[in-house]
Amino acid sequence: MRHIPIEPPAFFNRGPSPIARLAFFGMLSIALLFVDTRYHYLEGVRRAAAVVLYPVQRAAQLPGELLTDVGSYFASLRTLTDENQTLKRSLVERAAAAQGNAAAQAENARLRTLIELGARYAAGATAVEVLYTSRDPFAQKLYVGKGVDAELRPGEAVIDAEGVVGQVTRVFPSMAEVTLVTDKDHAVPVKVQRSGVRSVLYGAGAGHAPELRFMAPSADIQVGDVLVTSGLDGTYPPGLAVARVATLDRETGQMFARITCTPMAGVDRSEHLLVLARSAVLPPRPEEPAESDTAKKQGKGRRKGAGTP
Amino acid sequence: MALPNIGQFSVAGPEEILRPVRPWFVALTLALALVGNLLPTSGVALALKPDFVALLLLYWCIKEPRYIGIGIAWTIGLVMDVGDGTLFGQHALAYAFLAYATEYFRRRVLRFPLWQQAAQVAVLLGLCAALVLLVRYVGGASLPRWTYAVPPLVGALLWPVVTLAIQWSQRPQHSSTSL
Repeated sequence: MRHIPIEPPAFFNRGPSPIARLAFFGMLSIALLFVDTRYHYLEGVRRAAAVVLYPVQRAAQLPGELLTDVGSYFASLRTLTDENQTLKRSLVERAAAAQGNAAAQAENARLRTLIELGARYAAGATAVEVLYTSRDPFAQKLYVGKGVDAELRPGEAVIDAEGVVGQVTRVFPSMAEVTLVTDKDHAVPVKVQRSGVRSVLYGAGAGHAPELRFMAPSADIQVGDVLVTSGLDGTYPPGLAVARVATLDRETGQMFARITCTPMAGVDRSEHLLVLARSAVLPPRPEEPAESDTAKKQGKGRRKGAGTP
Repeated sequence: MALPNIGQFSVAGPEEILRPVRPWFVALTLALALVGNLLPTSGVALALKPDFVALLLLYWCIKEPRYIGIGIAWTIGLVMDVGDGTLFGQHALAYAFLAYATEYFRRRVLRFPLWQQAAQVAVLLGLCAALVLLVRYVGGASLPRWTYAVPPLVGALLWPVVTLAIQWSQRPQHSSTSL
């Protein structure tokens, strides 16, 4: 019996062996991963690729939009009337609140001019629609349908009707990435509305409630307390509702209380969001203290959350 | 065969000759898979949503290794990284590995009945997901919930559907007059 050659003849040669190709592309991936994590050089590439991907992303919106259109076409008169009633009622309620708010704001502005603080932020806002949520189970992010075209910038706060949703972290030509307050690497400086106690709300990732860390067991906090942004970071304007304290565990044996919160905003539900333009003029960064080991260590913190856009 | 033979909608045996697939058709299915991955979902649907791109890459790596290999899989992975806003290279590495693993699986996988193929596909998709998990874990992410294991299984359940749908479009039309 003749021996059948195992190697294909040169005519059928299909280039390097699979293991060589895997090694090449594997190395390339690891290099990219390293560069992307450490140096953030690849944002330009990402932006260019996002432009190419945009039609596909738009196409992915079509089925949902079509379903909504068909659904609304067949919505009965009754449903619409009911909805209209509810909306009118909520409009009146909100109008009353807004009037009170307007008066308070005017008074606040007068007092601020008296003490020469100036307005903290001008009310510039862009309404955006959620395109899709990221499939990545390790991060809490979503994508909205406006970007550079609507002059969004990284670091701008994103809210819905109830409270803070997150902040813009990447901006593409006609969409933007929003990191949610529930993301593991996100933090919001907050204060308790009732008592004024300041703290920082850390996201804990999918399926875990955000928590207030490093609060003394004796801190003046109760279950049900509303947390609002303190505005200390210069990223979130002050006074926006963020979360409500859900559980409180003051174990005396522990150094800190364990406090979990529920976001006020429909972080994973809301479809229409508002991006607040940031026009506050921040004071210049204070002079860096002399190089010391402790400062270096603190600077290495990996939390991007509040403060750094 | 585990599945009943229902004419046009049956799985092709290894000896059946299907019409050759056109490159544009491969590209079209992959584009549709990309759209599927970017569909706006939330809640339970998001937890169940399989990686359509990985599934289709796997299919074409097995059926048409001339068109889809490690390089193409890697490039599509990069596109997916942009779409999901994940680290650059995460999906690329996983898909390249998927394409490589398929090189060894593809000759035997077609000999099995469809549901046994699906079981092997579940293993491959699971390996792919485990690789992503490893990359993210090394990168400092915490472990996800157990639902992380669900999408690969859903993907494997979709394997027979994908196979039947694509083979149906490739089946020769006997009614044509050219015979």
